[in-house]
Amino acid sequence: MSTNTMQTDNEARMPGNTATSDYVTMSVGGQLFGIPVLEVHDVFVPSKLAHVPMAPPEVAGVLNLRGRIVTAIDLRQRLGFEPRDPGAQVMAVVIEYQGEPYSLLVDAVGEVLSLEANCFERNPSNLDAKLRDVSEGIFRLEDRLMVVIQLDKIILLLNGAMAA
Amino acid sequence: MKTRMQPIGNAWQKLPRIVRDLSHELGKKIELKMIGAETELDRQVLELIKDPLTHMIRNSADHGLEKPDKRQAAGKTDLGTIKLNAYHEGGHVIIQISDDGAGLNIERIKQKAISSGLATEAELEEMSDLQIGNFIFKAGFSTAEKITSVSGRGVGMDVVRTNIEKIGGTVDVRSTQGKGSVFTVKIPLTLAIVSALVVESYGERFAIPQISVIELVRASDNSEHKIEQLKSSPVLRLRDQLLPLVYLNDVLRMNRKAPPVSGIDGGQDNLVAGKRPKDDFVVVTQVGAFRFGIVVDRVFDTEEIVVKPVAPILRHISVFSGNTILGDGSVIMILDPNGIANMYGNIAVDQDETKVEAAVTEEGDKKVSLLIFRAGDDTPKAVPLSLVARLEELDCSIVEHSNGRDVIQYRGQLMPLVRISDNYPLRTEGRQQMLVFTDETRTMGLAVDEIVDIVEDVLKIELTSDTTGIVGTAVIANAATEVIDVSHYLVVAFPDWFEESRKTRVKAARRILLIDDSPFFRNMLAPVLGTAGYKVTAVENAEQALALRDEGFTFDAIVSDIEMPGISGFELASMIKADERWGDTPIVAISAHGTADDFERGRAVGFSDYVVKMDRGALLRSLTETLSVYGEAV
Repeated sequence: MSTNTMQTDNEARMPGNTATSDYVTMSVGGQLFGIPVLEVHDVFVPSKLAHVPMAPPEVAGVLNLRGRIVTAIDLRQRLGFEPRDPGAQVMAVVIEYQGEPYSLLVDAVGEVLSLEANCFERNPSNLDAKLRDVSEGIFRLEDRLMVVIQLDKIILLLNGAMAA
Repeated sequence: MKTRMQPIGNAWQKLPRIVRDLSHELGKKIELKMIGAETELDRQVLELIKDPLTHMIRNSADHGLEKPDKRQAAGKTDLGTIKLNAYHEGGHVIIQISDDGAGLNIERIKQKAISSGLATEAELEEMSDLQIGNFIFKAGFSTAEKITSVSGRGVGMDVVRTNIEKIGGTVDVRSTQGKGSVFTVKIPLTLAIVSALVVESYGERFAIPQISVIELVRASDNSEHKIEQLKSSPVLRLRDQLLPLVYLNDVLRMNRKAPPVSGIDGGQDNLVAGKRPKDDFVVVTQVGAFRFGIVVDRVFDTEEIVVKPVAPILRHISVFSGNTILGDGSVIMILDPNGIANMYGNIAVDQDETKVEAAVTEEGDKKVSLLIFRAGDDTPKAVPLSLVARLEELDCSIVEHSNGRDVIQYRGQLMPLVRISDNYPLRTEGRQQMLVFTDETRTMGLAVDEIVDIVEDVLKIELTSDTTGIVGTAVIANAATEVIDVSHYLVVAFPDWFEESRKTRVKAARRILLIDDSPFFRNMLAPVLGTAGYKVTAVENAEQALALRDEGFTFDAIVSDIEMPGISGFELASMIKADERWGDTPIVAISAHGTADDFERGRAVGFSDYVVKMDRGALLRSLTETLSVYGEAV
């Protein structure tokens, strides 16, 4: 974490702001993604996942996180990457959407980065459609690019539920 | 887990004493009957309903029961009875508090509702007694003329309702003037604990609520119970009866190997795709009056489980009623036998749904559920509820415009949003109500101003209409109401709706003769059948149908109403079957008013199938089946 931990929730989430914002980085299929740090409730290595038949393909299953049932969404599926090799490492990032916990399955979770707004830009016009659906914009890091994920889009587009 | 469950009787222990005190205080003779005290409830829930229950008992004693002299005058015994009854029903715990007192004073509730500004006289005029009775749950509503130490202090039933709703329950009241009232409290299972049977199919474990499990049968090739096939339908001989079976892995579409989701171990490893163990277990399940067997690979123990609702993004999967965490920490899905029965259309539709729906329609004379709404002008509009898939409310800001049309993103798809008429624009801000209609893969939304009510009424079109989008006008709930033509809006939303479906669903258009005396159903069913790709000829009565026969027309199938003036559907069927010209044409009977007897009689005179009119899905399925059976035979 950095100097701006005193920032309000709202400011931290707005990359357009001149200040810096904190993101948890994670990699999915070799691509770097970021989620605002305040949205992340938990990061853990999932052990046992119950498959849910007939669920949308993006839903990898449900798992038990300290007594709460959490729906796991496989970001590789969700974002149109190749399926993971069996036995490959998986990490789960727990977020909440409308009071319901969801865990995003990613390949690896990196670090928390404090990023300045001037490194941020809107989605390039040729961005892959699946990414464009969920991406808020791109951060130019020194050696790579990070896609900022809009969590509500991840769940909402899957859910299709109206703002109920 | 067991200790969490307590009999509801624990919450009732103090009630006899309270009633005895009340009977002294009020000068009434009161008897308290308690039934189902052993019904088990989550301890937490029990604590929460204790006070509301006590309050309701007090209420029944004070307001409900009359003084002995009044009772005698009304021809009752002077001993008033309050009955408490608790039981489990369809995933809920039901608690009924009934008294044989005077019933709710509807007139006084009306006056009170008007004086406290809850409703206008005109609004009350439109309401049923049932709706008016429910005013007693409004805040600050007490009709007690004098405030006693027992009740009438204005903090009454609204608090009861709030407390019950807090735990996700409902409460309502039914009352008969002079006979008494019944309060029904319904508490959902999500808080309660159920006993469930844990089974395994294709390496995945599932829970089946014990309440719907009748027995377990082990079936293997060399035991007395052997699974046999009727063409491709598995059945089991069980005590001289054939039990229809479904394989759980088929129900859950697990026949294909589970997709390689991730590197996580998906439970057990004994996933052998395509190969079924020799020993199968049949879970004999009962849904309503319908019995069927669910075939699973293994059966584990029963466990007491806390049912938790599934995440919203999984809620559309009807075969699951919830999920839970087992004692060993693993999460499993809870199967909903109801959903499974419904999914297996051919099982459920043939035997169960028709009967259940028949039983429902039997009660009211051809009454149908209608959704009343307002859109555009002030005239109330109606649409049969069975045609509406969902009601939604959306934020106007999410309406987008594309290709000259209004669309919204709905469940991951673009859904056209149509207006009742081009003259009435969409709202630009605030919330917009809409009715969602679906047909297989397509979905459309019809924007409406306000959803008024759902009523059960006889649908009789009095005036037919030339206005597009309106079938005609009918008197519904004592008001002239325009019945809308859903098929018109489907075409507005998807100009290619009919063509598309014709291409994909039926190769050569099958000709269907539709016979129904009601113009409404002709207008409703003809587009439905048309949508499915059939060529429909609709006539009003049997005479016209026979005239078509005499003119040499032929059809691939006949869909006929049963109740018709003149020649009835039964007579028509026997006449058709007796004559060789149409003798081989399958006939599907439709009826708004079907009983099991009608069903049998229908089969006897040669109907191929029998479906309830409002269930268009069942009709289409039935036609597809009938035509494929006959298609093969010819």
